[in-house]
Amino acid sequence: MTVMTDPPRESFRLSMLLNDTRYRSYTFQFIALIALFLFIGWLISNAAQNLEDLGQDISYGFLGESAGYDINQRPIEYNSQDSHLRASIVGVLNTLIVAFLGCITATVLGVVAGVLRLSNNWIVAKLMAVYVEAFRNVPVLIWILIIFSIMTVSLPGPRAFRGEDPSSSMLFDAFAFTNRGVYAPKPIWESGSMIVVITFLLSILAIFAYRAYAKKLLYDTGRLLPTFWPSIAIFFVPTILMFFILGRPISLEYPELRGFNFQGGMQIRGSLIALWFALAIYTGAFIAENVRAGIMAISKGQTEAAASLGLRPNRIMNLVILPQALRVIIPPLISQYLNLTKNSSLAIAVGYMDITGTLGGITLNQTGRAIEAILLLMLFYLTISLSISAIMNVYNNSVKLKER
Amino acid sequence: MKKSVFLGALAVSGIAAGAASAATLEDVQARGELNCGVNTGLVGFAAPDANNNWQGFDVELCRAVATAVLGDPDAVTYVPLTGKTRFTALAAGEIDMLSRNTTWTFTRDNDLKFEFVGINYYDGQGFMVPRELGVTSAKDLDGATVCIQTGTTTELNLADFFRANNISYEPVPIETNAEAQQQYLAGACDVYTTDASGLAATRAAFENPGDHVVLPEIVSKEPLGPLVRHGDNEWGDIVRWTLNALVSAEELGVTSANVAELANGTDNPEINRLLGTEGGLGEMIGLENDWAKNMLEVTGNYGEIFERHIGENTPIGLARGLNAQWTDGGLLYSPPFR
Repeated sequence: MTVMTDPPRESFRLSMLLNDTRYRSYTFQFIALIALFLFIGWLISNAAQNLEDLGQDISYGFLGESAGYDINQRPIEYNSQDSHLRASIVGVLNTLIVAFLGCITATVLGVVAGVLRLSNNWIVAKLMAVYVEAFRNVPVLIWILIIFSIMTVSLPGPRAFRGEDPSSSMLFDAFAFTNRGVYAPKPIWESGSMIVVITFLLSILAIFAYRAYAKKLLYDTGRLLPTFWPSIAIFFVPTILMFFILGRPISLEYPELRGFNFQGGMQIRGSLIALWFALAIYTGAFIAENVRAGIMAISKGQTEAAASLGLRPNRIMNLVILPQALRVIIPPLISQYLNLTKNSSLAIAVGYMDITGTLGGITLNQTGRAIEAILLLMLFYLTISLSISAIMNVYNNSVKLKER
Repeated sequence: MKKSVFLGALAVSGIAAGAASAATLEDVQARGELNCGVNTGLVGFAAPDANNNWQGFDVELCRAVATAVLGDPDAVTYVPLTGKTRFTALAAGEIDMLSRNTTWTFTRDNDLKFEFVGINYYDGQGFMVPRELGVTSAKDLDGATVCIQTGTTTELNLADFFRANNISYEPVPIETNAEAQQQYLAGACDVYTTDASGLAATRAAFENPGDHVVLPEIVSKEPLGPLVRHGDNEWGDIVRWTLNALVSAEELGVTSANVAELANGTDNPEINRLLGTEGGLGEMIGLENDWAKNMLEVTGNYGEIFERHIGENTPIGLARGLNAQWTDGGLLYSPPFR
């Protein structure tokens, strides 16, 4: 009878930290970690020492003081007597507005351009290639300035709309395109308007429900219901009916030339338009390449198999290729969204008051609190970037290849 | 990783600031060049001419200090700075002095830790509008779109003025004077506001200056002057007394034409002390005794500089006004050289 015994356990000796390959790497990593901490500690103490020599302290008290300057685009109530903190929040909202608009537009542009670049139509494919190469290879700051300058120089000033025989006129009497921006009608929400809005939201839900039902019917019985026209009908009819039943609770306020400017209505400022479009077409060019790469990563056999089943090209793209391509497209798309958001800090070039323009610009300049303001700015961009990437990662997890 | 990069940047800026607080005079002399911060381009005050030489009222002060300290008016490196970048550049030691129509305010002097050494131009904020608008007073500007240079005191004065008069406006923040000019001429803003001297200089550069009017309201006090960093009083004294020497020279009738002759000795002891033939004042601030003489030979006195760059015979056409000598009803008043 043999007895199995464990090999004698070698007790740990200090020399093994250097001699034993199992432990040696830990030793070196530990030394490197200590060195890194020492280095960072030295940097901090050095900065602190120098600040002290200059007689400067780190203090965020300035955020509570009155800002004293005005901001043109105010998503929330703000006047020059409000605090620097509130001015910063206005800046944050302005950054988020342009980032949100930019990401949506860039995605639409990018997907369309990416798909069309693979088109069999020679002219369309080449046109898209020109778009991608032209916009991808010129710095975004240049595009922002080009669009802003073109708007400023080529569009008429509000004065051109004045007089008996004005040299410019408003489109449909509702839209005015000026070198200060675009003026558009603004909806006025009266009592009862909430019901219309809720109806609208419910009808959007109904569209999804109808489509799910149509899909289920197709899978269960093989009967194909039309989806396009019913969707359009559900989108418009209930909302419009409710709008008239309640006696038109939503009216439009039209912009009108009074004094120096158009008053009333909604102004989309030239700076926002320039920044938004430049960021969207620039980032769109990158997204187009991601989309193209994603589509090309799908084996041609998939297309051919789908075609041999009798699917039309449109359906092949929507039902077979794009769902698989998304797995390749989403991860680089996340970094394009992050790029767009960070590039929005170029806003100051056209005087768009984003967070860099308010907190990192005027506030920093008027209070002289450079380190505090820059720290806050970094914190903001870090938070927003991590949030975008967290949200997109959730989406990525939902479309990626399920491994079982 | 991000954190360590940031702290690295922080430390580097800290090192730069630390080094900068050493004796500026010695640094400048060792370097053989004066780093002088000026406007990015404001005709008459600081702008490069056709040969790429910097010219202007503010530039002359840089040249005067360079002559006093280094004996060479051309030993200056001009650093063009915007309203936003000027203070950081000075605080970080990138420049030795800032001569860029900068308003002397309490917070800049104390909170930003700078030392305003004097006032070389008494100014106030004004408004310029196209003549065809028919506006005659700034109080008629309700609802107007106003171009402002961002990072300046004008931004705050503007907010105060419109709030005090209970009228609304739409601010368009602009980074430099050149961009503001472009926006204003294209009609993207109705009004351009900055210091009245800056308006005159900007208007002089227009194709048709007569099509634009400067409104009568002056809404603020803007004493413009050169500044240095806190903590180096010797250097501050040199820049302060360079400016005072220019003003005193005009009061005493010393010009670039007669300075060589007067430096041989005169009956007026104050002139003798200014030009270094008596008293040894130059040595007290660490310079040669004839520093002021050398400087006046190159730049001329305050009045000559004024007339040469922004006076009534130049396209900018500013009257002396508040900037006349105290003996002529102005505010220029230099402490005595004694």
